[in-house]
Amino acid sequence: MPTYKFKVNDRDVSVESWDPDQPLLYLLRNTLDLHGPKFGCGLGQCGACAVLVDGKVARSCVTPIRTVAGKSVTTIEAFGTPENPDKVQAAFIAEQAAQCGYCTNGMVMATEALLKTTPHPTLEQAKTALSGHLCRCGTHTRILAAVVRAGKA
Amino acid sequence: MNPTRRTLLKTGAALIVSFSLKGQGPTAQAAPELDSFIAVHPDGKVTVFTSHVDPGTGIRMVYAQITAEEMGIPVDRITVIDGDTGIVPNHGGTGGSSGVPRGGADIRQAAATARKALLDLGAKKLSAPADSLTLEGGIVRPNGGGTGVSVSELIGGKRFDLKVDPKAPQRKPATYTVVGKPILRTDVPRKSTGRFAYVHDHKIPGMLHARVIRPTAIGAKPEAVDEASIRAIPDARVVRLGDFLAVVAKDEWAAVRAARELKVTWSEGRAMTPSANLAAEIARTKPEREQEVVKKGDAPAALAGAKTLKATYYWPFQSHASLGPSCSVADVKDSGVSVWSSTQDVFGVRGLVARTLNIQPAKVRVVYMDGSGSYGSNGAYDAAADAALISKAVGAPVRLQWSRQDELVWDPKGPAHMLEVTGALDKDGRILAWDSSAIGPAGPQWTGSALSPVAAGLATAAPQGQGVPVIQNLDPPYAIPNLRVTGKQLKDTPIRLSNLRAPGKIATVFAVESFMDELAASVASDPIAFRKQGLTDPRALAVIDKAAAMLGWKPRPSPAPKQTGPKMTGRGMAYMRYKHAENYVAMAMEVEVEKATGKIRVTRITCAHDCGLIINPDGLRNQVEGNILQTLSRTLHEEVLSDGKRITSVDWVSYPLLRFPDAPKLEVALINQPELPSHGAGEAACAPVAAAVANAVFDATGIRLRDVPFTAAKVKLKLSA
Repeated sequence: MPTYKFKVNDRDVSVESWDPDQPLLYLLRNTLDLHGPKFGCGLGQCGACAVLVDGKVARSCVTPIRTVAGKSVTTIEAFGTPENPDKVQAAFIAEQAAQCGYCTNGMVMATEALLKTTPHPTLEQAKTALSGHLCRCGTHTRILAAVVRAGKA
Repeated sequence: MNPTRRTLLKTGAALIVSFSLKGQGPTAQAAPELDSFIAVHPDGKVTVFTSHVDPGTGIRMVYAQITAEEMGIPVDRITVIDGDTGIVPNHGGTGGSSGVPRGGADIRQAAATARKALLDLGAKKLSAPADSLTLEGGIVRPNGGGTGVSVSELIGGKRFDLKVDPKAPQRKPATYTVVGKPILRTDVPRKSTGRFAYVHDHKIPGMLHARVIRPTAIGAKPEAVDEASIRAIPDARVVRLGDFLAVVAKDEWAAVRAARELKVTWSEGRAMTPSANLAAEIARTKPEREQEVVKKGDAPAALAGAKTLKATYYWPFQSHASLGPSCSVADVKDSGVSVWSSTQDVFGVRGLVARTLNIQPAKVRVVYMDGSGSYGSNGAYDAAADAALISKAVGAPVRLQWSRQDELVWDPKGPAHMLEVTGALDKDGRILAWDSSAIGPAGPQWTGSALSPVAAGLATAAPQGQGVPVIQNLDPPYAIPNLRVTGKQLKDTPIRLSNLRAPGKIATVFAVESFMDELAASVASDPIAFRKQGLTDPRALAVIDKAAAMLGWKPRPSPAPKQTGPKMTGRGMAYMRYKHAENYVAMAMEVEVEKATGKIRVTRITCAHDCGLIINPDGLRNQVEGNILQTLSRTLHEEVLSDGKRITSVDWVSYPLLRFPDAPKLEVALINQPELPSHGAGEAACAPVAAAVANAVFDATGIRLRDVPFTAAKVKLKLSA
């Protein structure tokens, strides 16, 4: 079976995939046991599966594994833990910016990427950054507040 | 989840409070330890067991707070086990905003029973009357202070089995120190760091991955299945049981590919009315049955002699549209069946799985694990039956996940309703008569018509469209001398139905509060002043005044004076008391309507919410905010689409949701009533949203929107008419 080598959360990994077009999401969740990224649509429409590939937000549900070889993948698990969240995650916790939390991965990842280019986002910048992400519980205002708070931390 | 807990409770030292009336609880179980509400362990920690689950509402923390308050035990020593049929008592499923008023009340009384027992034990140990003692911080001590004895010491190595004592005294709300505090949820840190375990994340050894193959249209059946079409996919195979089709593989991606690539020839499905014609079709269909549900004075006679206003409103079929598609893990063995599910009704799913597999419910254990938010009965119930059937067929544990399309097309839907209202005013501009009716298909619930058992020929689909539609709140909450409300039931429904947040009320309040605005406008009255004429309840007036004040409401009739420029702005409001017996909610909002496109942008919403005693104000606020924004999404965007052959809303493009750039500024005022009972807040704030939007758009434009969703295309058409 073909093997693909890349970095995940600063660790070198080598994963096998019978299909070069297998989306990264399945390998993260099933082979590497990283459950942070979620399957929402498989169409790149909702953002629940977001990860960073070489620092940029990518929808892992439509990112073929063959395109990831040699790159560096970062998942939500890399940034912090429940006991030691990073400032973005801490802002989501402080704002209690989740109901079911299924979309939270994408919201946190989009915010991590946003803060790299826009360290102190305004509400409007936060809205734009999350415009491609969906939340069904209606937690929008808390999530936006968390993004702004993260920029002030 | 923890199989050793059963053993622990059966044999270990603990103080256990369980159902008081054997056989009279809602299906009491065989062994007393399975009826436990509360177990106080020798280390002073407490476990709460409940069949009410937390689908993202924060109810676990609510239960922990209620227990902590009654028992004088710190909240962080309390663990809530929700929804495991192997170890929790069945005191009802989750729904209808029952988690706090019913589930919470049961747990509070069990906790009060435990507290009384601990005080009695303390009285013996300290040789003091129980009523001179208090239980705080896990220690029983004299009221005035002094040497105490810890809960763990009181339990020691012993075992106490108690029944819930309905007379055990509860703490007085005035003394509350934990209830009423915005204690942070313990799941959010794990959800924010990717560590929270959802049912989608559950893995068991030897587990295979499965996908269902749903028909191309409702009622279509597989005529030919070309198993060779997936031969190239590793370890993939077809499972066929009657007309139920699924694929299974070791690797999840192989299952996905197999589901996409399996060639199936389907028969023609049932024709269905295209969604664009559905409202008209419902309007002209003769109802199967009519039922007058409210009658006061003589509305038809009063209307016959008066100048009347009449309007018809439409609420479409909508999907739960859970962000993560439904998923379940099942392990069917001869010795017993385990199912992991995000259902809101674990005992209901246990029955469904037992019927599907033709075994006793006692052989099935359904364990709740959080899923993507479900907002009622989404696809989780079906997914549990799917997973169980497939696991049995392949003789291995199976993880079954629906696709995005499966979820949007096949989840049971919230029903469409047509609502007609006729009204007349007296010479003073007060409502003289009101006659309203709701027409639509109704129940039954998912249990009667789960997809896979029916397709597999193991169950007969219960007839759809039976029963009276949910018409609570179709009578206005205002004083009206002549009133009639009628429910009209259609014989059939093109789409399978279930509860979706605020069932019925979502449509009835839209009609009632829109029509109130139409009546107010007909006499050029300020919409709030017009409503207040018929209201005397101070709690009703309080929420209306609060929401209006927060928005900066200036009294004047609608519509606003004609506006030039590319955008028109307006404000609107709506009020209701949920089921005329529960929460008081008033909502006001400001909107912009873009002339060129017809796009509605709600810029600001204020809401005042009174649900009695508040347990956790932050959890409540989160829930109320979610109700409002989710319903804004349903109001502006959501409708199940069909082309006459099949459902065509299959993804987030064809079934769009509210997006972040359109999130309004949202201000919620929570009115606490410490001496009044708590009502559930899972739905109430949904109900006034659509009418408030419609009223604000009318104020901005003079155009009355009566059919949901208020899409830009629809508004543009009306603007140019």
